Amino acid sequence: MDITFDHVSYTYQAGTPFAGEGLQDISVTIHDGSYTAIIGHTGSGKSTLLQHLNALLKPTSGTVTIGDRQITSETSNKNLKPLRQQVGMVFQFAENQLFEQTVARDIAFGPKNFGVPEAKANALAEQMVTLVGLPASVLSQSPFDLSGGQMRRVAIAGVLAMQPSVLVLDEPTAGLDPAGRRDMMQLFAKLHREQHLTVVLVTHQMDDVADYADHVLVMDHGRLVKTGTPREIFADPVWLTANQLGLPKTTQMAMALQRRGFKFAELPLTTSALAAALLPQLPVKAGERDE
Amino acid sequence: MTQAIEIAHLNYQYPDTPRPALRDVSLSVASGEWVAIIGHNGSGKSTLAKNINGLLAPGSGTVTVGGELLTEESVWDIRAKVGIVFQNPDNQFVGATVADDVAFGLENRGMPRPEMIKRVDSALAAVNMTEFATREPARLSGGQKQRVAIAGIVAQTPDIIILDEATSMLDPAGRQEILSLIRELRAARPLTVVSITHDIDEAALADRIVLLNDGEIVETGTPAEIFRHGEELIDLGLDVPYAGRLKAALAQRGVAVPAAYLDAEGLVDYLWTLHSTM
Repeated sequence: MDITFDHVSYTYQAGTPFAGEGLQDISVTIHDGSYTAIIGHTGSGKSTLLQHLNALLKPTSGTVTIGDRQITSETSNKNLKPLRQQVGMVFQFAENQLFEQTVARDIAFGPKNFGVPEAKANALAEQMVTLVGLPASVLSQSPFDLSGGQMRRVAIAGVLAMQPSVLVLDEPTAGLDPAGRRDMMQLFAKLHREQHLTVVLVTHQMDDVADYADHVLVMDHGRLVKTGTPREIFADPVWLTANQLGLPKTTQMAMALQRRGFKFAELPLTTSALAAALLPQLPVKAGERDE
Repeated sequence: MTQAIEIAHLNYQYPDTPRPALRDVSLSVASGEWVAIIGHNGSGKSTLAKNINGLLAPGSGTVTVGGELLTEESVWDIRAKVGIVFQNPDNQFVGATVADDVAFGLENRGMPRPEMIKRVDSALAAVNMTEFATREPARLSGGQKQRVAIAGIVAQTPDIIILDEATSMLDPAGRQEILSLIRELRAARPLTVVSITHDIDEAALADRIVLLNDGEIVETGTPAEIFRHGEELIDLGLDVPYAGRLKAALAQRGVAVPAAYLDAEGLVDYLWTLHSTM
């Protein structure tokens, strides 16, 4: 399911003295099956853009086309439910939204709300708990007895149980420890690969953008200022720094090596790419060279 | 050197839990030292912090802060010496304006108004938030909020500041902002820092790293010593320093790399020297 923005602008509290530009003239398509990262500093409009992906916000002008549904300022709030099922939204600190007495009931809540019969919803809960890497034994536990990382997995399982085709993630690893972050990012990569979910990720972690995304949108002051592959985006370190955006650690290291005299045809984005690019420029113990 | 914090054989167990959160923890922090405490979630780091200023009372063992034994009687004295900055900036505001919020702790201690105004002004200046004095805390960015929280602590001139994952909810710019602020504060006057963290850059700033696992201290060392763990660090609750990651990738491809820890600059130097031998 493609999501297309056509000249979308959004004004907060339009018509009041507090009116503020949220989005300005955004035109872009998020393609079915892609893994798109949205970057930009705090206040750049990333979250406002996200909320248009399932019509939580409607454009002040322009059109958002989600699959075969067109959303404009005129769209009625009725009949938006199917969109909310198709585009699953994992908010920041999603564990704060857990409320049920057991993990099973919390996960089953979403599908039941969308009219899935109880037995089917419960089966989905069991299936999703395994999918997010939790033991089936947590199903009967209170979500509030779990660790923070486990609670977040339950919240994500609840979104997956609605069987969306697009998964929207707003800084899903914030506040997790490094092992938790790694596991969480690998889970999304697996869902993207195996369940063919379209993934939209808002993040400040440039390493994650380099490692996982195939497309990047850069936001600044409510405008979409750059789009491209991670390679295209990170090829311009001067521009990124000027826009208060970081570089992947690999790229920073490659630049330090370059200043020292090493040569790279293009700046590598991942550790293995950097190691491979360095290899011909370093002495290697006899018989150990890979290629 | 005098000890800022002296913890001896501390045990702590939360009510209705099967296992102790801290087991026989002994740790001395010298006055003016910066100690980072690392460990994965649930390893007992925050429990330890809360025992240092008496938010939790030890099951057994002792905590001595600035030479004073922590007891029910001394707890208020000790809290005046130890300020804690918590993880979530939104959970620690009480004032309607930034200045009110910074004044809250001082008011609580019954400080005369003229002295209080002076302290609030200088604390806000120290964290570069003077121009925000009359603003509403809720409308600040995450980094600014943590600055105000730190100003509230600075105003009380504590000898010890505990950062309990104080940068983990901030974006990279906000994180840098807070870390440079702590460095500036330490340059201005002696301040002991205990930082509980998962952030490799924050841990690297410490004089010493203490590694907790399942409520026990399993290792202490300089950042260079601890970072030698390489890929294992991630299971110990810390990220792997990038230089370590690249070193491992090169070693796998048959490049001779040293076993000792190198920071990024050190690795660049080493590789360039190696390249020059070709």
